[in-house]
Amino acid sequence: MGVMQSVPKELASRPAPLSPSTAQPSRHSALVRATHWIIALSFFALLVSGIEILISHPRFYWGENGNVLTPVLFKLPIPSSRSLVPTGYGYVLPDQNGWSRYLHFQSAWLAVLTGLVYVAAGLLSGHFRKNLLPRGEDVSWRAFWMTIVSHLRFERPTVAEARTYNLLQRLSYLFVIFALFPLVIWTGLAMSPAFTSAFPASVTLLGGRQSARTIHFLVAVSLLLFVLVHVGMVWFAGFRTRMRSMITGRNDGPLEDA
Amino acid sequence: MTDLSRRKLIKTGLAAATGIAGLGVATGLAKKYGLIPPDHGGIWGAGETLNYASYRLLTNHSMAREFARSEISTTPLANEMPPLSDAFKKLQAGGFSDWRLTVDGMVDRPGMFSLEQLKSYPSRSQITQLACEEGWSYVAEWTGVPLSHVLEVAGIQPQAKYVVYFSIDPDWWDSIDMGDALHPQTYLAYGMNGGDLSVGNGGPLRMRVPRQLGYKSVKFITRLAVTDDLRKFGKGLGSASPEGGYAWFAGI
Repeated sequence: MGVMQSVPKELASRPAPLSPSTAQPSRHSALVRATHWIIALSFFALLVSGIEILISHPRFYWGENGNVLTPVLFKLPIPSSRSLVPTGYGYVLPDQNGWSRYLHFQSAWLAVLTGLVYVAAGLLSGHFRKNLLPRGEDVSWRAFWMTIVSHLRFERPTVAEARTYNLLQRLSYLFVIFALFPLVIWTGLAMSPAFTSAFPASVTLLGGRQSARTIHFLVAVSLLLFVLVHVGMVWFAGFRTRMRSMITGRNDGPLEDA
Repeated sequence: MTDLSRRKLIKTGLAAATGIAGLGVATGLAKKYGLIPPDHGGIWGAGETLNYASYRLLTNHSMAREFARSEISTTPLANEMPPLSDAFKKLQAGGFSDWRLTVDGMVDRPGMFSLEQLKSYPSRSQITQLACEEGWSYVAEWTGVPLSHVLEVAGIQPQAKYVVYFSIDPDWWDSIDMGDALHPQTYLAYGMNGGDLSVGNGGPLRMRVPRQLGYKSVKFITRLAVTDDLRKFGKGLGSASPEGGYAWFAGI
């Protein structure tokens, strides 16, 4: 399937109008575009640093207690950066936790502060109501089923569909923004002994520090899966047009399914 | 230049100027109220300052979670350690009767304390969690003398801002601010789970700072130095941790 053919040559080579915002409404507002890329950057930093920290103890537990002398809930079949961790590998990876922890928290601050700006602006501007809450005509099992079928058939969206988000996009974006992100922040804070001293319920509600850590990992995996599917769909829908509309706001691509 | 873009430019300029001025004011206030960590320089300074400032603002009087006796872990892991020095082994052979804790710096009565003396002070116990930055943890009962009591005996001077503490291993030292040093759960611990504190767990004397991660709870404490300026110690970053790439503040 020729993905790159999806960008018509005349569109790709057409010079940009001087003021695209006056020519037609932006596909994505400047605020959505800016916060999207800042969060994308922080997510990448959180992912890399999170993996490095995880390597120092790739074992998971439930409850409050958990260490190499405790039975695991599950463990990852990877080498570790600590010699005490029994991994089955004959070597120990170099310790990267120092910079990883610095980077993890700095990126978390960036992501959380940016996310707050995005959510506040989204509520005030009606972005969530207009663009992300499922439209009235979409709220039926039939419509839901049809969207799933068209995705499974890898049908390309029509021009009209390219101007908005379909039902699956709306639901998954809402789930990521209002369920996965808050949960990953909560479980992260629940691992902080300082934060839990001030807000003990943040960790006891989750069943303990090790439970919080395990949930943090599982939510991070879910977010990673979302990003992989998201990028895959951008690729499928026409990488250059979709990237352009998220970078410049221009809306001249025929395809939308990301 | 159109009217629209000029207006945009002015607005952006004003916003930037306000932002920079706001940042300047915030930095001044943060300095005044002691919200800046010693390792605030470099590329991680912003995140570290936000972490530490939030800690200082949110948790001034908070207590680390305490647990029921039934929640004490059966596997209180003694983490890997550098090999014990000859000096340590000699003291160990003598049953630690010659172990001394030196207290100096901004105190009215600098001096040395034997374990015997420390144990003669009112002893306290707490069942708290030791959480390692790597991710593992255990709950244990810690017994010791509150650091605040020893500081009171030595008489800390009003300008003191930090307590620096040193392990018998010269490469292992750390520091906490006065808020943590005087916190009722900060102990010089000599007992664990009803017995003596084992060498693996930091015996005979371990700093216990339960509102921060395990690496703040330095093992084999031999010296406390009370100071108003962390730049006088090591590379000036407040502890050996930042020298090895780890954050000074370990509450998260």
